Amino acid sequence: MSDRALTRMGAAALADAMRAGDVSAREVTDAHLDVIAAHDGIAAEGDVWHALPTEQLGPDDVHAFLVVTAARARAQADDVDRRRVAGEKLGPLAGVPLALKDVLTMRGVPTTCGSRMLEGWIPPYDATVTRRLLEADVVVLGKTNMDEFAMGSSTENSAYGPTRNPWDLDRVPGGSSGGSAAAVAAGMAPLAIGTDTGGSIRQPAAFTGIVGAKPTYGTVSRYGLVAFASSLDQAGPFARDVTDTALLQALIQGHDPHDATSDALERDDLLASLRAGVDGMRIGVVEELESAGCEPGVRTVFLEAVATLERLGARIERVSLPHVPFGLPAYYLVAPAEASSNLARFDGVRYGMRVDAPSAEAMNAATRATGFGPEVRRRIMIGTHALSSGYVDAYYLQAARIRTLIARDYVAAFEHVDVLISPTAPTVPFRLGERTDDPLAMYRNDVATVPASLAGIPALSVPAGVTPAEEGSGPLPVGLQVMAPLRADARMYRVAYALEQALSLDPDPATHGGARAVRSVRAGGGAS
Amino acid sequence: MTTPWLDGYELVVGLEVHVELTTQTKMWCGCATTFGDEPNTNVCPVCSGQPGALPVPNRQAVHDATLLGLALGGSISPRCRFHRKNYFYPDLAKNYQISQYDVPLVLDGRLEVEVERDGELVTEVVGIERLHMEEDTGKSLHLGATGRLHGADRSAIDYNRSGVPLLEIVSHPDIRDPETAQAYLRELQAIVRTLGVSDARMEEGSMRCDANVSVRRPGAELGTRCEIKNLNSVRSLGRAIRFEALRQVQVLEDGGAIVMETRHWDEEAGVTRTLRRKETVTDYRYFPDPDLVEMTTTPEAVERVRAELPELPAVTRARLAATGVPRAQAATILAGGMLTLLDDAVAAGAAAPAVANWLAGEVTGHVSAGDATLEGTGLTGAHLAELVAMVDEGALSSTMAKQVLAGVFESAGTKGPRAVAAEGGLEQIGDDAALGAVIDEVVAANADTVAAVRGGNEKAIGALVGQVMRATQGRADPKRTNELLQRAIAAADG
Repeated sequence: MSDRALTRMGAAALADAMRAGDVSAREVTDAHLDVIAAHDGIAAEGDVWHALPTEQLGPDDVHAFLVVTAARARAQADDVDRRRVAGEKLGPLAGVPLALKDVLTMRGVPTTCGSRMLEGWIPPYDATVTRRLLEADVVVLGKTNMDEFAMGSSTENSAYGPTRNPWDLDRVPGGSSGGSAAAVAAGMAPLAIGTDTGGSIRQPAAFTGIVGAKPTYGTVSRYGLVAFASSLDQAGPFARDVTDTALLQALIQGHDPHDATSDALERDDLLASLRAGVDGMRIGVVEELESAGCEPGVRTVFLEAVATLERLGARIERVSLPHVPFGLPAYYLVAPAEASSNLARFDGVRYGMRVDAPSAEAMNAATRATGFGPEVRRRIMIGTHALSSGYVDAYYLQAARIRTLIARDYVAAFEHVDVLISPTAPTVPFRLGERTDDPLAMYRNDVATVPASLAGIPALSVPAGVTPAEEGSGPLPVGLQVMAPLRADARMYRVAYALEQALSLDPDPATHGGARAVRSVRAGGGAS
Repeated sequence: MTTPWLDGYELVVGLEVHVELTTQTKMWCGCATTFGDEPNTNVCPVCSGQPGALPVPNRQAVHDATLLGLALGGSISPRCRFHRKNYFYPDLAKNYQISQYDVPLVLDGRLEVEVERDGELVTEVVGIERLHMEEDTGKSLHLGATGRLHGADRSAIDYNRSGVPLLEIVSHPDIRDPETAQAYLRELQAIVRTLGVSDARMEEGSMRCDANVSVRRPGAELGTRCEIKNLNSVRSLGRAIRFEALRQVQVLEDGGAIVMETRHWDEEAGVTRTLRRKETVTDYRYFPDPDLVEMTTTPEAVERVRAELPELPAVTRARLAATGVPRAQAATILAGGMLTLLDDAVAAGAAAPAVANWLAGEVTGHVSAGDATLEGTGLTGAHLAELVAMVDEGALSSTMAKQVLAGVFESAGTKGPRAVAAEGGLEQIGDDAALGAVIDEVVAANADTVAAVRGGNEKAIGALVGQVMRATQGRADPKRTNELLQRAIAAADG
């Protein structure tokens, strides 16, 4: 099997091939490491590979990874191979490589959250998600790039330079989990973990033509997930198809006694109903999101996908969620408010960066002014203000009330429809630098994803099609968002699977042939 | 009502008491709560505020807080939650403290305390506004110079205490004199110890007290208050309130105004000093902690906890008073954790006042003199009952009984009083024949004294009793010796 084939295979297919003895876990891991070494702008030497400094990154480097734990990944793969030969029963995804967003801790491996602030910090413990992956013998390749502390929609807020979109290297991959999404789209890993606070899994999945899911809040443990906004943060899976995505969620979800907000309830099997189809299902198109500043190209692809679902037997209805237009302002108060408190611990006292100064107060101020980037500082200031005495009622508490109203809108809507759909993002991936000077334009890209976050409901993005090539731009992917009631994660996978099967899109950026798509992938050659 | 020593002003005091719970583990993680371990040995990602770590509530702490709330007559909130109190300080690992804000665990309690006024015991009622749960901070250690922050070369932080469960008990401003404040603090300490939820040692910081002090003209609105910190003993509390009240009256009498501020009690100088002014105080930006979910309880669950309540100190005191135990001794016994010993001895047949006398006297003296602990003495209620019985029977003089008790302590409780007395030959000579022989010898050897007694100098017999006591190494019963001596002298006369 060629490297090229291995790095375009899905997780389930790779696991089957390894079980059948057609390929070893070590070969699979090496094939993916080769793609990373060739296309990610990384110093591929030694046990641990580090991303090149920003100024040394080339215009064709994806820059999905901040650190690649090559030796550790190979050792893990060798261990899987040894145990398979010994006849041990291994987990369903044993030996499958995965990219981990650099906001989840892994004992002994630096975690930066895309910030200078945490430089030098080596976590003393595994996040529950990491532990579950390692216990399932998933091979962790390394940690992926992200907007600093998960604040952003383009991965341009990383202190280590932006990640590029494998479909068009001059465009952003979305964010904040842009590194994880780009790694999967570029064939550097068949699976990745992201985190989603207001769309940070779904929007990058849409921008890179893959599947990304935000489970119901409380489904996946947040222990070891460096908090941005605790009441919204949820880790979730990325993969190139719906089945792999569901498999990965099944692996990481479940009650965790280390997280008081973790849900102890039994859940549906995500895979059992995957192929049940949408015939007879009631699918609601959210009116407020369909029209919310959508680019015509996005809208066209979305409406074609809706027509496809209708052809499959779904009953399409237009549904109004009257408070959803207030989602964006509410989100941009609740999330910064929580962040202002969550990020207070980065003070130079215990770990990470410290800028020395004569007093503790001055050291703290100097460290925070130096360690945090502009977007993080902006949100800390917004959040601090929103919680301040005299303003808390008008801002934080008012936003919390809107949040309740939005959650009620969803409950009411789900009395009439089984799932709700919308475009995942109102635009196709924009060009690097296009929105960095306009924070509000950047925030507006989250308009369709934040309402589900505020309501805590599960939502995913599944590829809906591609826009036609235009002057100076190749075809670009468009995602469709599926939202389901609380704890009905299985239902959103079922709808996404039906659409995926009907559309049969190829998730390989090279297939679609943009001039700036990742070159080697387009060329179809192996990395080594 | 004016405060007698305040020159036409009335003193108003409210207390905020912090109590560290002695749960096995911390409030949000599994680390040990032991006091005095090597710095930063009882820490984990949660209590050292590592990125990504999350708090999980300690059920035992919630139980213990509920128990104390019920003991204070409070009502338990059926739903309550935790808030974040945001402020930057190096020993606060997350730079926010998880505390309770709008809905504390306990509301509306009260504490009845006894205060001695003009030689009479008066009962005062102090209302309790709320009891809420929170977490303790780490400890800053300032190295070099004086050991205080000012002039220190560098600071180090010990996070062992970070995350230890802490209760804050806030009284209403119902207190009108330092004695009531002190009695309130002592009573709270006694209750906490009786419940076994904290050792409440002020010197170790497991019980801490801040006082809000103001003065006013009787009937006027409440005056501006000052918060007094660094009160490390019940005695300091009384002294500090007294000083602060006099200071405030002086300021007002001089035409000044009280500034709302936090003041530091300087124990050595006996004064309070400005620590920080309240107008510059941090805006804590309280909001519900999104890492924790609402805590709920049911009336049934509350009643199950209530059923665990032991006899509370006020009830114990009344019970002991009824059995004739003096109030001061009862207080010593309760403070010393010796109530079980008393009850056990009484159950074994001893009279409460006699046992109380031993506990408040010899036993307390022994424990507080050296580095002995009550547990280390091995003393049991049965031992005490035996000791009291031997004295009652006349088998031991009170002097001998003290020696016997010392012997029990020495054996760490492995030998009872009878065994100690028998081994050491300490039992009183109860046999008249044996005593008579000694007396005959003394009478024969002291003809002059005997003659003096006979000559009407009755006091001279004391010297003869002393001789007998010396000859028996104190084992003679002085009363009986006296009787037998009188008889022997009379017989010799006849």
